[in-house]
Formats: sequence, C-alpha cells, structure tokens
Amino acid sequence: MSAELIRDVFLLALRNPVLARLDDQAIVSVHGQRLAITTDSFVVKPLFFPGGDIGSLAVHGTVNDLAMGGATPLFLSAAFIIEEGFSMDELRRIVNSMQQAAAAAGVQVVTGDTKVVERGKGDGVFINSTGIGLVPDGVDLSANRARPGDKILLSGSIGEHGIAILAQREGLEFETQIQSDSAALHTLVADMLAATREIRCMRDPTRGGVSSTLNEIAEQSGVGIQLEEREIPVCEGVRGACELLGLDPLYVANEGKLIAIVAPAAAQVLLQAMRRHPLGSGAQIIGTVNAADPGLVTMRTPLGTVRIVDMLAGDQLPRIC
Amino acid sequence: MKYLDEYRDARIARALVAQIVQSTTRPWVLMEICGGQTHTIMRYGIDELLPCGIELVHGPGCPVCVTPLETVDKSIELALRPDVILVSYGDMLRVPGSHSDLFRAKAQGADVRVAYTPTEALKTARLNPDRKIVFLAIGFETTAPPNAMAAWQAKREGLTNFSMLVSQVLVPPAIRALMVSSTNRVQGFIAPGHVCTVMGCKEYEGLVRDFRIPIVVGGFEPVDILEAILMLVRQLEAGGAKLENQYVRSVSYAGNLPAQQIMTEVFEVGDQKWRGIGLIPQSGLRLRDEYASFDVERIFDLDEITIDEPAECISAQVLRGLKKPPDCPAFGMRCTPENPLGAPMVSAEGACAAYYRYRRHPVAS
Repeated sequence: MSAELIRDVFLLALRNPVLARLDDQAIVSVHGQRLAITTDSFVVKPLFFPGGDIGSLAVHGTVNDLAMGGATPLFLSAAFIIEEGFSMDELRRIVNSMQQAAAAAGVQVVTGDTKVVERGKGDGVFINSTGIGLVPDGVDLSANRARPGDKILLSGSIGEHGIAILAQREGLEFETQIQSDSAALHTLVADMLAATREIRCMRDPTRGGVSSTLNEIAEQSGVGIQLEEREIPVCEGVRGACELLGLDPLYVANEGKLIAIVAPAAAQVLLQAMRRHPLGSGAQIIGTVNAADPGLVTMRTPLGTVRIVDMLAGDQLPRIC
Repeated sequence: MKYLDEYRDARIARALVAQIVQSTTRPWVLMEICGGQTHTIMRYGIDELLPCGIELVHGPGCPVCVTPLETVDKSIELALRPDVILVSYGDMLRVPGSHSDLFRAKAQGADVRVAYTPTEALKTARLNPDRKIVFLAIGFETTAPPNAMAAWQAKREGLTNFSMLVSQVLVPPAIRALMVSSTNRVQGFIAPGHVCTVMGCKEYEGLVRDFRIPIVVGGFEPVDILEAILMLVRQLEAGGAKLENQYVRSVSYAGNLPAQQIMTEVFEVGDQKWRGIGLIPQSGLRLRDEYASFDVERIFDLDEITIDEPAECISAQVLRGLKKPPDCPAFGMRCTPENPLGAPMVSAEGACAAYYRYRRHPVAS
C-alpha cells in the first residue's frame, strides 16, 4: 500500500535521481562535501511505552535514518503538531526526553516549529523531525548495491519495539515486560565502517520488520535473498507474545536494530566488530544474497524446507484462535 | 521455549518422516481440518517432506473463511450506523463482503474496534452506555465458550446496549457433510486440536464408526502434524479405522466440561450456512431464546440478503479439499491478500493465503 503510494503518487510527481534511490536518506553533494538528509514523522500511539516515548523515538529514528547512509548525524529539526487541550506536563516530558536522547547521541535540535490543531483533529502529539549529517569519503551505501554471494548481518534480536507498543496499546500483560529496543545506532555504524568498507548497504528494519526491509533490498538490487531461520535471533518474550497473538516476528517493527549487507570476504570481520559494540552484541549472519530469484526473499526452515518470506499486505492482524 | 522447541525439532521431524516413508505402500488422501494446521504445513513445507503418494488436502477449518458473506455485509451495515460501535476479532476486518469490508467501513467513519477477547467488547459497552455495542461473534468451538460467556455476563449485569452478531460453526457436522458428498476423496482426517481441547475427542467417535474412517486429533507444530500423519498412515495401511489422539498434551476424551456447559447454556444447535460450502444441517450455534435480547438478528431491523460468491472464486472446492489454491486461474493474479476474491485468501489461516504467502513461486530447495 505504502509502496504503491510512493510509486504512483510521490515518485510520479517529484521524481529526481536522488529521490529515485528510495533510500532512508538522501545523499547530496554541496561544494564537494556529501550531506545526508532525512525526514520522518512520528505518530506512535501510545506516546509513552516501555523503553521510550515519542520524543526519544523521534531522535533515534531520525539519527538512524542518517546512520544507515553511513552519515555522522549533526543536526535535527523538531516540528510538533499538538492537539488542543493536550497536557503540558506530558509535552514537557516528551521534549525533555527528546533533549536527553539528542544529547546522548551527540546531536543538537537546532530548529523547530509548533502547530496547534483543534481537538479531535490530531491524536495528542505528532512529531516530524528532519536530520542532517556528513557522509565520510569513500562511504557509499545504498539498497541497490547487494550482489549475489553477499552476506546479510542483523545486529540483534527482533520484534521488541513492535511488541512493546502493541502490549502497551492493547493492555496485554505478559509475564516479563518487553522493552522497546529504541536506540541511536550511529556509533555502531561508525565501528562497522571502521572495520570494513565492504558494506554494500545498511537499513534499520522499522515498520514492516526485517521481511519488508529485505524485500525492498531484494527488489532494488534485483537479487534474491535466502535467510536461515535458525540464525535469526528472537528473545523469549517476543517469541511467546508472537505465538500467542499469531504474529510473525519477521514482520514486527524494530527501532534499534540494523541489517547490513556485506561482501562475503568481510562478513566475519564485520560480525566481530558489531559484537564488540553494546548495540550489536547479539549480531548474527542471517542469510545470503543469491542470483536465483531476483526480488524474492526465501527462508530455509529448521526442517530444511524453503519458504517465501513475503512483503506484508497491510498490518498483521491478531488471529482468532 | 518449552512446548515449542521440542515440537519443531528437525531431528525428531526427520525421524518421523523416515517412519512415514517406511510405512507407506499405497497412495492416501488425508485432510487436516484446521487452518492453523494448514498454515504449519505450508510454513514448514511439510507436504514436500512426505512420500509422493501421500496427498494433503486442506479442510474448511478457518473461521474467517467460512463466515457467510451475508454476516460480513450485516456487520458492515451495522458498523456504518452512527449509534453503533462494532467490535470484532482483528482478522475479520479485511474479509471482503459483497461490496466492502470493515476496514473500508472504518475509513468511511464507522466506529470499528478490534478486540482480543469478547470481554473487551463488554468493557466497551460499559464505557459507552449511550452507544449500541455489536460484537461480531464468529468462530468454531474454540471461540464459542468465551463468546457465550460474554452473553452470559451481559445478561447477569443487565447490559442493555450489548448484542452479538453470531456466526458460530461446528466441526463434526462439517466432516459428516464432506463424507456424505459424492465427490469426497478424503481417506483420513487430522482433527483440530484446539477445538478438541474444548470439546474432547468423544464427538468424533460417531464419525469413525459411521464412515469407517480413521481420525487422529492433531496439534499445530510440525512434529505434531508429522506424528498425526504417521498415525493415520499406519491405520490406513493396516485397514484400521480408529479415533486416536496425538495431541495428548492438550486434549482429553471428555474435553473442557465447564466450557461446554456455558456453550450449552447460551447457545443452541441449528442449521448454518458456510461461506463457500452452503447450508450444513445442524452445524451452527445460535443464541437461545433466553438470550434473545442480545441477538442482533432479533433486535436490529436488518434486511434479509442472499449473496453469491464471485463466479471466478473456487473457494467452494478448496474448502472441500477438491482443489488446491494454485489450481485457481485467479490465484496470485486477480486474487491476492491485498485484493482477495474469496475468503480463503484473506485470513492468515485460509488455504489460499497460506499458499500465496509461502509457496507462490516454485522454490528450489
């Protein structure tokens, strides 16, 4: 749905070579200096959740979109759309959390905007954030660069953000509370780029999860991807919640994980570098790029059979029984 | 994770496959009733591991798939009324009625809410005394007890703004209908483990006796399904026709008696239309007269409608195990989960959706 919208409406009207790459960030050259620019809107509900809130999420999400292009994040903007009557205390909490997240990530919020909309015309608070960063020389990451034989690395266990949000929103209580993995990934990325320049592409598998991200890469690079189910890390809490609700963790959102595609010879070096960083300690090689089925993502199950890992049509719906 | 890892263990699965291969001397057609089992078979490629003589056909046990078009249309009509809040299990929202679905109704301004349990619908009723809360009570014997409990609780509390649009179906009459059909090919059934957890195995004794057909109550993990297949094949090869229980960690002979009691107290058995199959005598549940004031059909003025499926959709044959989803010319072309022609493509547990999701393209293993 969202892919159709981008193709049929936005790309059709606004097409240019930078936009057409459809990466998480645009990379443009200004006087010989490469700049990464990204923008993202945050409409998360609930506004506060275990492991974060809409303020910290806006910073992490924007920083991560820059980091996935290999950029060093520098400055952010913050535009708030606030529903009339929204609690000032909650707004202060959100803005303070934003400041803390920005300080921890070493970025500054340097411009902003506020709009108040009538009651009922918004949902508490929406935040839009734009980020700017610098791309070091020699770094060229893009979703169209995956090549047959490349290895696919995942920085840690999946599904925590999506399940934390779902549990909070729907009032589901599990034995152990699942925390969102929301985190700024740019220092992990810096360590990865220091370890090897053979990384072809990096993406953070947010909405739509690992499966959607890999399907996009497979399509944009014109390659197939095969995953090994047993190598994909999922924590017990997420596994249990997904079993109970009939959800597949491969489609659940993450906010502090990344996928890297790397030339085969550099895969082990990169894996070790990721595991040395606290945000990559659970990293795994989860699959390989192939030439067999361009655009298709498949997965070898523990039983040795192979199945498709499809792009999700709409949101996952909890099943009846 | 306990109760999961050991039932997804590749070594145990391979050993079971070897035993199935060893036991099979002739071709057999087996049907798994439940959509959850179909999903596991497709997800793990279990059919690809079996000897080629063993054919798995997929049964009608997807609650979303068999809910009649008329019920979906009624739910949309009700949801669009400004005084109504329609509460539904999540996977009903994308099911196409004859001209729309609940998601689209929601986009048009209908108040449609997703619930995980019927008690959430009751909570909505308590919190919105000035609105009429309609709960879309669908499903097999698995959802019948909690749905019955909601009506029972509403009656006890004297809630006057809560009602249910009921489309409850029962498994044993559906198996009977398949067996008496002249086109039947099925030689052994894997009975649905969750339904039998509620109802026990006992309901299936009569079917085994009347039709001399083996039935094995099976679970939902790959090892469960393979073990159930092995048990069926061994019976068939030996000329047997017994009721056996593979899913012993959950299913007893008598089932969950308090759950059965609340079902009987609130619901009575009646004829029921199944989407894609048609009317099956005595195969559904409806609210008893004592619960008439909670019955949407009796308290709302709804048009009686009868609608036919799109002619191109072969769900009738798919749900009876006569055809496989890829046999349909529309499969994956004019019928996809985003734009489904028929219900088996909508629900994650529908056979067409399972094939589309896991098996759309030929995959080299």
